[in-house]
Amino acid sequence: MFDKILIANRGEIACRITRTAHRLGIKTVAVFSEADADALFVRDADEKVYLGPAPASESYLVIDKIVAACKATGAQAVHPGYGFLSERKAFAEALDAAGIVFIGPPAKAIDAMGDKITSKKLAKEAGVSTVPGHPDAVSDPAEAVRLAAEIGYPVMVKASAGGGGKGMRIAYDPDELQDGLARAQSEALSSFGDDRVFLERFVENPRHIEIQVLADKHGNCVYLGERECSIQRRHQKVLEEAPSPFLDAATRRAMGEQACALARAVGYHSAGTVEFIVDPSRNFFFLEMNTRLQVEHPVTELVTGLDLVEKMIEVAAGKELGFSQDDVKLDGWALEARVYAEEPARGFLPATGRLVRFVPPAREGVRVDTGVVEGDEVTMFYDPMIAKVCTHGATRADAIRRMAQALDDTVLRGIGNNVDFLASLVAHPRFKAGDMSTGFIAEEYGDRFEPAPVTGDLALRFAVVAACMRSLLSYRAQQLSGRLRGMPPFEATSWSVFVGGECIEVGLHLEHDQIWNVQAGGRAHRVRLHWRPGQVRFDAIIDGDPYTFQADRISEGFLLRHGGFQAPTLIRTHRAQELASRMRPKPKADLSGIVIAPMPGLIKSVRVAVGDEVKLGQELLILEAMKMENVVRAERDGVVATVAVGAGDTVAADAVLVTLQ
Amino acid sequence: MQKIIDELERRRDLARRGGGEKRIAAQHARSKLTARERIELLLDPGSFEETDMFVEHRCTEFGMSDQKVPGDGVVTGQGTIHGRLVFVFSQDFTVFGGSLSETHANKICKIMDRAIAVGAPVIGINDSGGARIQEGVDSLAGYADVFMRNVIGSGVVPQISLIMGPCAGGAVYSPAMTDFIFMVRDSSYMFVTGPDVVKTVTNEEVTQEQLGGAGTHTAKSGVADAAFDNDVQAFHEVRRFVDFLPANNRSGPPIWPCDDPADRDDFSLDSLVPANPNKPYDMKELILKVVDEGDFFELQPDYARNIITGLGRFEGRTVGIVANQPMVLAGCLDIDSSRKAARFVRFCNAFGIPIVTFVDVPGFLPGTAQEYGGIIKHGAKLLFAYAQATVPKVTIITRKAYGGAYVVMASKHLRGDVNYAWPSAEVAVMGSKGAVEIIFRGDLGDDAKIKARTDEYQARFANPFVSANRGFIDDVIMPHGTRRRIAKALRWLDQKKVDDPWKKHDNIPL
Repeated sequence: MFDKILIANRGEIACRITRTAHRLGIKTVAVFSEADADALFVRDADEKVYLGPAPASESYLVIDKIVAACKATGAQAVHPGYGFLSERKAFAEALDAAGIVFIGPPAKAIDAMGDKITSKKLAKEAGVSTVPGHPDAVSDPAEAVRLAAEIGYPVMVKASAGGGGKGMRIAYDPDELQDGLARAQSEALSSFGDDRVFLERFVENPRHIEIQVLADKHGNCVYLGERECSIQRRHQKVLEEAPSPFLDAATRRAMGEQACALARAVGYHSAGTVEFIVDPSRNFFFLEMNTRLQVEHPVTELVTGLDLVEKMIEVAAGKELGFSQDDVKLDGWALEARVYAEEPARGFLPATGRLVRFVPPAREGVRVDTGVVEGDEVTMFYDPMIAKVCTHGATRADAIRRMAQALDDTVLRGIGNNVDFLASLVAHPRFKAGDMSTGFIAEEYGDRFEPAPVTGDLALRFAVVAACMRSLLSYRAQQLSGRLRGMPPFEATSWSVFVGGECIEVGLHLEHDQIWNVQAGGRAHRVRLHWRPGQVRFDAIIDGDPYTFQADRISEGFLLRHGGFQAPTLIRTHRAQELASRMRPKPKADLSGIVIAPMPGLIKSVRVAVGDEVKLGQELLILEAMKMENVVRAERDGVVATVAVGAGDTVAADAVLVTLQ
Repeated sequence: MQKIIDELERRRDLARRGGGEKRIAAQHARSKLTARERIELLLDPGSFEETDMFVEHRCTEFGMSDQKVPGDGVVTGQGTIHGRLVFVFSQDFTVFGGSLSETHANKICKIMDRAIAVGAPVIGINDSGGARIQEGVDSLAGYADVFMRNVIGSGVVPQISLIMGPCAGGAVYSPAMTDFIFMVRDSSYMFVTGPDVVKTVTNEEVTQEQLGGAGTHTAKSGVADAAFDNDVQAFHEVRRFVDFLPANNRSGPPIWPCDDPADRDDFSLDSLVPANPNKPYDMKELILKVVDEGDFFELQPDYARNIITGLGRFEGRTVGIVANQPMVLAGCLDIDSSRKAARFVRFCNAFGIPIVTFVDVPGFLPGTAQEYGGIIKHGAKLLFAYAQATVPKVTIITRKAYGGAYVVMASKHLRGDVNYAWPSAEVAVMGSKGAVEIIFRGDLGDDAKIKARTDEYQARFANPFVSANRGFIDDVIMPHGTRRRIAKALRWLDQKKVDDPWKKHDNIPL
């Protein structure tokens, strides 16, 4: 075995690899960029080597620097994690040349699987089910119809030179095919200057299911079940699980055996993942093979009880797997939710900033992989993932329930995040029923997410909890020093709680410490509240059911959160509520003339000056964020009244950039 | 006897009806509550005892003898906020437009006299069209009587003004002399001369809201201390505010039962100050993380945002917090921030509220606007206020403490009791770059040399040790233990006494 390994990665995966290495008694070397100098993964490691400036192209992606770091520290092997250099053949070769072990597959396997066309060809040769199709260009409609009959409808006409959906047509019958062929050809010609198109079966409502394989250098290869990753947003996986609620044992075995066949065919060793798409009739087709540890590997670890990083290190060190396919048992169900720094309400734009509050969940059956702690910064240089929250239960329902609880437990402040979105996903009836496809998020949520208003029973629970909290504060105020003598004891036995646009009357009585008898919504409730003033996260038991809430102080009440919902919850005396109802609602200010920064970033250029007339949709300025240039446009016609920024300025999200008259 | 009792009831009823249903409806239509509704929301239920309900004006000019309403346009008395005594007057816009008559003023003066005598706060709810013109000079005299009591009571009992309607002309000077002014957005305004006069004299076209609305006074002029969305929210917040205040200048701050452990560490504070000294961070995060339960009542949040002022608690006891805000103008001191903080420091000192100061100040803001505006004397106000304060003073330097601004911000030299520095603190006469350019002027142009000198200066002075060597700071503390260390310091400073030489009063550079 190795004494010391270098981790050519950052963030949560670097922390995760260090954890296993330390358990195995192996020292670790962290490599880091300028932006990560104080990061958790650097502090966790035994040694650290500075690579260079923050951009990955000048640090984490520079092969020579990493090889040099190995030599300088005497690291015998390198774990590449995922992303960065993990699937670069050149990296594996460079390490090999330097006599350093690459904890991953052989370079030629990386190479073979790295190319879409080669990998598909190899898969087909290895007997792996691939999407039926005809790889050669077709131009004659009659020929196309004949081929389509062989392939099976629906078929997709795809541009050979294509990408991004251009020159792509789906046909359900020969008529549509003939029409689609002509259109796809002309579109391909105009988009790519190449009118060649080919045919492929179109898989409707596909699910994304992948097989984890593990192979050693001695020819042993096993599959560790599957992971379903159908819950994705623009090909970005959001929620993963193992096993898949869709597969039966026979399909699982067929997929697993084909995945192992492919691994053997390319001389694979280490951990790898064979991705398939699966149609509603459980036909599965090879998509690609990922020759590295996947982000979502923890769900496999939770159901198999194996440590994949440990196995990768052992395999790299030349050890045999030591178990066979028959020894692989899947125990229970596991879920992984990826907590991202992003703004769901703004179309999931990445967010950056300081984790002013970050308390990850910690309960039985919960595993959290993270590379940050409270007070750390999420920068614009790297992946905006904050944590992977995983849960494990005996059944899928158990795992889902634990996930909902874990997300309720997650306290995150100071930076936009998708915790509420994740909570909404795991509570979705279709998800709970296992009825999903890769189009799930687009179909159910569209391109943005905002929590639904708090109504009904949920509003009632918010009201009940808030009223108890408020009463607690009022009781405490009775112990304030300097009170006049003879003051009657506090008797706030009822409150009007304003939440989700409705006013709920709550009557209550403190039975004894923490236990309240509450009247609300025409029923009696018994509430046990574990809250002290100033506490953000707390548990409450309402009518025997446990709930976890989060509360932030706002004027006249609390911003309460639970289950991915949040609502300002105002607690007033009846009289105050009666008087408040006489107040006219404030007219909403017209903000169309105020152009604000949609995300934090750097102003690249300003295209307008004060006094310019602008039209709706006209370019005002260019904001660079996450290495992307975003054009900020006028939302109406007008005359530029003020320009608050200049090229080179760094702006926060919501900063006013330009105002129009 | 029964007749008199019946008459009493009739008169009470009449007084409670104020200006009548029509005017009350008009008041509500403007999203304003009536004088009595406001008192109901301000005070504990059932605690209000009214004084002078039957007072009527004595004016006979312009047919006024026929128009009398018991109470004469202002409701006065006392009650409690969470059991603690306060005196209150609430002008009734439905009666003569809330205009101030001789008797109206007398009622206000009576409760102010009582408040000063027994040592309890005065809360004035202003909603008045101005002087009762029919009374002429009697009305003016009434204002003057109120002003006089504002001054006599200043520094004796806390005085709070709520502006909940018009407050114009001479009437503004009573709130102006109280300790705090709170306004309501879209339904209150204050100005010395209204838009019509402004138009005549300066030809400026301006609306009431632009000239003296809550937005103007909380962000531009700094006249008001906070603004709220409506009357209901305003009273909720004023009750919360009063919970922080001492009853008078001798009582000391009130004490709350507190469940928030004094020794609560917060390790996220260790990464609050960024490695790059030019990168801002939010000082409010520090404040919210160290005070009891994260409960901080910020004053003037939208004015001179380069300095933060407000009230919080440690171990249930009120403290005044002053902090430079690196997010705005790098946290430097300028005219507005100096005035804002100086007045707050003097309030705290007058009422025995300990002052906790968080320092990250790169210096005073340069420029002609500042010099022509008199930064010399305005900056001196803050210096004076801190030097003069004899209440417990605990100061934490989080990062920069440069030059004169370092001295100003409750430094050891100005009788700071406990002065701590975080490891990121740099107490120096100025930033390294500026210092090197002066000391090594001869090397200017030789970038390599200047860089070496800057690094050298940085290594020598960009740390807390130089001032720690001299005892200018008492200790270097870890950021995560800030709450614990402040709480400990405040414990032993609790009985602090300082006697300054006798003087009639000081001569602060006003």
